[in-house]
Parts: sequence; C-alpha cells; structure tokens
Amino acid sequence: MTPSGALALRAAYLERSLRPSDVVDAAIDQIARHDPNLHAFLYVGADQARAEAAVWDERYARAGSRETLPSLAGVPVAIKDNMCTRGVPTTCGSRILEGWRPPYDATVVTRLRDAGAIIIGKTNLDEFAMGSSTEHSALGPTRNPWDPSRVPGGSSGGSAAAVAAGFVPLALGSDTGGSVRLPAGFCGIVGLKPTYGRVSRYGLVAFASSLDQIGPFAGDVTDCALMLRAIAGKDPQDSTSADVPVPDYIAAIGEGAGGLRLGVPDEVVGPGVEPVVAEAVRHALDVFAAHGGQVERISLPTIEAALPAYYLIAPAEASSNLARYDGVQYGLRAPSEDLHEMYAETRRQGFGAEVKRRIMLGTYALSAGYYDAYYLKAQRVRTLVARDFEAAFRKVDVVVMPVAPTLPFAIGEKADDPLQMYLSDIFTIPVNLAGLPGLAVPCGFARGLPIGMQLVGRPFDESTLLRAAYAYEQATPWHRRRPPVAAA
Amino acid sequence: MAIDHETVERVAHLARLALTVEDRERFADQLGHILEYCARISALPLADVPPTSHVVPITTVLRADVATPSLDRDEVLAQAPAHQDGFFRVPRVLEGG
Repeated sequence: MTPSGALALRAAYLERSLRPSDVVDAAIDQIARHDPNLHAFLYVGADQARAEAAVWDERYARAGSRETLPSLAGVPVAIKDNMCTRGVPTTCGSRILEGWRPPYDATVVTRLRDAGAIIIGKTNLDEFAMGSSTEHSALGPTRNPWDPSRVPGGSSGGSAAAVAAGFVPLALGSDTGGSVRLPAGFCGIVGLKPTYGRVSRYGLVAFASSLDQIGPFAGDVTDCALMLRAIAGKDPQDSTSADVPVPDYIAAIGEGAGGLRLGVPDEVVGPGVEPVVAEAVRHALDVFAAHGGQVERISLPTIEAALPAYYLIAPAEASSNLARYDGVQYGLRAPSEDLHEMYAETRRQGFGAEVKRRIMLGTYALSAGYYDAYYLKAQRVRTLVARDFEAAFRKVDVVVMPVAPTLPFAIGEKADDPLQMYLSDIFTIPVNLAGLPGLAVPCGFARGLPIGMQLVGRPFDESTLLRAAYAYEQATPWHRRRPPVAAA
Repeated sequence: MAIDHETVERVAHLARLALTVEDRERFADQLGHILEYCARISALPLADVPPTSHVVPITTVLRADVATPSLDRDEVLAQAPAHQDGFFRVPRVLEGG
C-alpha cells in the first residue's frame, strides 16, 4: 500500500521508495477510473502534472538531504475552480466564465508551486461558491464518496470529495460562510477556514470580500498544518492580508490537550441538531476531558441572528462583486445592438438560479428605502456576533460546535428550498462574520456517513486549533477511515 | 411577506439582469420568504450597536512605488468576447453620431 498523506509521501520520496511520477500517474489513473462517478474535477491537467513530476523525480534523485527541497515538493494537489490559474480554465462552476483562461495565477497557486506542489486539476463548486451542496454547479453536481446518492457539502465539494476519495492528499477550497468546513465535515476529512487576512485572496474570484478566505483540505491535521504554512502570510497584492508572522504550525502540534479550555455554547445543543450529530460532539468533548482538557459551558446569545444577517451581508457584497460579469472583458456575451440589453441578457443566460437569487437579494437589501432596514441592521448584528465570541474567548481557548446540524443530505433533497439549504451553515456562518479561524475535523460516523466537529479559535490562533485537533485525532480512529471508492 | 412583481422588475433592472416570466414568479415568492426570515433581526435591540462592515480595520494601504510588469495586453484581450485596436469592443453607447 502506498502512503496517502502529504507528509508520508515526502518521507517516501526522500528514502527513494517512491517517486513523484509514480504518485502523479496513480492519481491521474484513479481520477480517470473513479471520478466519472463522483465528478470532483472540472479539469485535469495530466500532461503538465506529469512534466512537473518528472522534474521533481530528478531533484529528489539528486537531493542528498531533506533540507534542500521545499515542503510540498512533488505532492499532488487540487484547486477549487474559483482560484485563478494562468492559462488553465477557471470556470467558477458558471456558464458565464466557460472557456475563460486567466492571464495570471492566484497568490495561493504561486505559493503552492513555490512549495513544490504539483497541481493536478481544478475542482467542482457551487456556482461562484454560492451553495452548501455543490448541486448549484452549472457543470453538474459532485457526489459524496461515502454515498454517491448524497451531497458532499459545498461550496468546495469537489476539493473535499477529491481528498476523501484519495485522488489527492491536499486541496484548496474557499470559505465565505462554511464552504470549506461543511464539505470537510460531510466528507470525513480535515478542513480549515483560516482567520480573515491569514491567506491572500489575490486571484480568488470574489464572492463576499469581507468574508471570503481560502483554506486547506487534508486527510489529517498534520497535513492541514503543512498546507496552511505553505499558503499563509502577507501579500502585497491583497491589502486585507495581514502582516502577522506565520508560525511553524507543525512544530507545536503535539503539545496535547492538557490545560486547554474548551467551551460549548448552550445555543448549539438545541432541538435543530440531529441527535447522532449532538451525540458525536458530546463524545468528542469526553475525549478532550479525558486528555486533560477543561470543558465549560459558554453562551453565544446572538448566534441565531447570524444566519439571517449573513443572508443580507453576503448577497449584498456578491451583488456588487458580480457586477463585473457583463459580457465586456471576458466570458460569455449575448449578442445585442443595445448595451443595456447586452448586459442583462448575458447575465440571464450566464448565471444559474442560486446566483441570480443572491444578486437579487443583495441588490434589494442595498437599494434605496431598504438599506437601513436590512443591510445596516445586518452589519449591527455582525458586531454583536463578534462581541459574543470575544466574550467567550475571555473564558476559553477553543469553542466547540458541530460543523453542520445534520448528516450529509440526499442530492435533490434541498435543491428547491433555498432556506432549508441555508440552514446547513448555521454553525459555520457566525465564524465568518467574526473573521475567526474554524477547523473541521471528523468526530464519528452514523449510518455509514461522517460527522464533523468544528473548533473555533481566537484571531490568528490557528496553532491552538491544530494542536487541539491533533490531540483529538491521536485519541480517535476517524481520520483513518476511508470511503468505499478510495478502498476500491 | 410577498414581494410584488413590480419590485422584482425594479431590482432586476438595477442588477442588469433580464428575467423570464417564470423567474419573476419564482423570485417574487422565494425572495419574500428569505426576506421574511432575514427580518427576524429587527427584533433585536440594535440602535446603539455600531455596524461592522469589515473585521479588519482597513486603512488605505500603499504598495512600494516600484514599476512591475503589467498583465500582457494581448493575453487579456484574447479572452474578451470582442476587441478592436487594443480596446474592448461593445455595442454603441451614445445615440446618433
């Protein structure tokens, strides 16, 4: 059996028991055989990946010591298809960008390449990252590797499915209201939404700019830490990226749960949570307690108002960001002799139902007569949500919640009921509104489906989240389980 | 809470979004439901709470004043639906002439 994690691959490369070409060939073969059933990938750059792998084969053959090659040298990765890759199609899961090849790379893409990663391909998503199931992709849904009749979560469902299925050890997603954490939870893997500003957004196609953040998917906590280190840090191209030093996340990961104070909000153990999910999170807290963690009850009184506030703020920002898709500079254009008609027809033909719904909602919330009643009030709620967390972090180091209130749902189950779909993100959205880091880790299974636990931390304290998650992972077997497709 | 068709049309115009008759019906219904849900926040005492537009206090950030290569013009224009003489080409904007 070949190793599956990024860190294990690197070790195998260094001891010459495996070459990057072997791993890239195997990944491309696995994708060709199994991805038609899952539809995680929208684009696979096989030739380019093989060429890069051959270069790393050579460098490993020449490298004597482990210090000479970068951290992800020869490790295959997948990128959500809303991050720009120069000359390689970037669709955002939308017809309006079909065929577009960006003229530049996103900063995260550049940083991954600098770290030696080999980009295998681009993954499926809800159109412009708007959704919780990856069903709103114009290119068709992605299926959950644990049960192909179910959704993988969204919007970064393709990246999560690609890692869970074992196609690649690492992938990037973006998270505006839960789009990394929800699919990580639904696919039984690790997914991190870093602190707002921790990772550059340059080249990430904007959805809601005050909330968007790029984050890693990995099979375990250590690999997640490895990928975060590679992409984090100040970027002159993104004025909102933070000038805060990037620690060596792996160095402190093994310090254990001893002395950690973990808070469970009273508000999230309510009736909306499926009993098997609540049970799994309760068990996880027992594990922390058994390993020296101190579990306390806390309160986030405004958490219920976070979801309605988000569905005013995020669409408002989206309606502005998506104004650029007008048929002028790139992508689709509906032919017309009249400029206004050209804009409006291009957007009618190019956008799917969910994107139109959010553009309409956001335009309404920002329009004259409604701005104060909706948008401004939502921004005031945002302040209260952030204050709730600030108060909590005066008592505890980590806030523990489920990732989602339910198990992965069936494809089609919520596709025509936007409000029900939105409720999937009830525990992830408050974290984006407050700009905090949130880490999803697998914490159990029910009916053969994975359950995710979410750990939320102080701004720029990803280290504590990774440390807590690693301690939990060492004490539990969940991260070693793989879905049937990966075992096949 | 229902949104009338006139409002849907007005918002669609502001968003430069053409709607089919079916879209208009569906959005009137769905937007009404979503806004009704969002209106829950009106019950909170918010008058004295300052709004947050961004979690990071943003001031104008300037890059070092150093010339760097721009995107390649031909590469950018090659992605445009229509271009001419180094410009994006669009339908006539001004009447007459």
